[in-house]
Amino acid sequence: VLDDEVFLHSLLHNIIIAALSVAIQLPLSIAIALLLNRRIRGRAALRLVVFAPYVLSEAITAVVWLLMLQPDGLVDQIFRAAGLGGAIQEWLADGNLVLYTLFVVITWKYLGFGIILLLAGLQSIPAELREAAATDGASAWQTTRSITLPLLGPTIRIWIFLSIIGSLQLFDLVWIMTLGGPANASSTMAVYLLDHGFSRYEFGYGSAVSVVLFVVCFIFALIYQRFALRRDTEGALTRIVE
Amino acid sequence: MAKRRSAMTPGTPFTYLAAVLVVGITVVPLLFTVLGGFRTNAQINTSPAGWPKPWVLSNYTEVLSSSIFWRAMGNSAFIALVATALAVAVGSMAAFALSRYTFKGREGLYTLFTIGLLFPLSAAALPLYLLLRQLNLLEHALGVALPEAAFSLPITIVILRPFMHAIPGELEDAAAMDGAGKLGFFWRILLPLSRPALTTVAILAFVTSWNAYLLPLLVLSDPTDFTLPLGVAAFQTQYSQDTARILAYTAASMIPAIGFFVFAERRIVGGLTGSVKG
Repeated sequence: VLDDEVFLHSLLHNIIIAALSVAIQLPLSIAIALLLNRRIRGRAALRLVVFAPYVLSEAITAVVWLLMLQPDGLVDQIFRAAGLGGAIQEWLADGNLVLYTLFVVITWKYLGFGIILLLAGLQSIPAELREAAATDGASAWQTTRSITLPLLGPTIRIWIFLSIIGSLQLFDLVWIMTLGGPANASSTMAVYLLDHGFSRYEFGYGSAVSVVLFVVCFIFALIYQRFALRRDTEGALTRIVE
Repeated sequence: MAKRRSAMTPGTPFTYLAAVLVVGITVVPLLFTVLGGFRTNAQINTSPAGWPKPWVLSNYTEVLSSSIFWRAMGNSAFIALVATALAVAVGSMAAFALSRYTFKGREGLYTLFTIGLLFPLSAAALPLYLLLRQLNLLEHALGVALPEAAFSLPITIVILRPFMHAIPGELEDAAAMDGAGKLGFFWRILLPLSRPALTTVAILAFVTSWNAYLLPLLVLSDPTDFTLPLGVAAFQTQYSQDTARILAYTAASMIPAIGFFVFAERRIVGGLTGSVKG
């Protein structure tokens, strides 16, 4: 397994998706959560709408986006209407692009989850702390950086954990949208596993892939637990039902 | 809550702009799907944005009167109900033992369950498949429901145990005084008191099962046994030229999830974000 270039590329794709999630989705969710953590009309409705994609199955998400990304589909038309017709690509057929297209779809589906998680975290930070900082002459940016973000730490660490574990297991969306193609350009570990273990009936080989997949997830979890989460997990999980 | 709200800074126009942008990006694909179902294929090709004109009902009526759609819905519901019932029943018993009894190896056992949280279904897919084949559960709804219940157990126990642990021992003593045995205490006092936590884990198990794709894909191959996620994906392959019809099917299969979500939003969000106050 570990000698197969296709598998190594699949693993690399998992890692790229995980890295992009942390590098792009996280700052984006934090920024949006900070913006939305204010008194605005229609807050409840907003929560509902933003969270909706998360409850749809990945299968539905995949089919909807597959149709929107068709050549000349809605996405292309929107680009054209915005005067960006020249930027139109073969979103899912271009091997250099397909992984990033999938990442956009993943972001659409899971961004709301991050925002809601962070909003809940923000709610638990006492307003007095920020008021006190403001009284001491801290600017809004300073307050955010030295008070809000550190206190949001546990939530952020949990989000990173969930996001990376999810990225490592990514399957449904890829299987339906591209089957790992074109030419394995969007294959992930789980897609590779299904392709070899089931489509080609190589059970023994597939089992080896399973073991590697599990070990990768497990090692990540252990390391992360050791260095980042420590007591956060327990706190977060028990807090659920306080 | 009221106090907190008054402490929040009011929104600026910029906040509203951000909100509108986020909502827009979220809603456009959903609208595209729902409205697309009301178009003809020609309309989708020429103008996928904007309102359908004229509105075409035939896609939806065909989907909603097709047995394949309702069968998939029924299969999904059956599997999700069985998986949820099993996970909650077995999980609450395990959490009871792990929280109200002291025995050797208890913490080790609990750790084992928490490790289960990290065990990806995809890694277990192959051995699970072979096991189900031996048990003759392939092509059977139970072949999907049983493993799903098993995979829901870790989160169920991890949520339930601290909850049950926090219920005061005096209640147990009082129940014993009134002649209730351990089981009577479990059934009459602990379970009713744990209702908020039980609802949360039940909803999590149900939604997970409802949206599952990988396991049904492996176990079920007869289209009449398909669950909704399988059905949506298969429908997309089968009618790949008939975009309008796929959109109608997809939109129709979104309705249960969205409806369920609107109904249980607080619990789902609460369960996931850890802010349920029982």
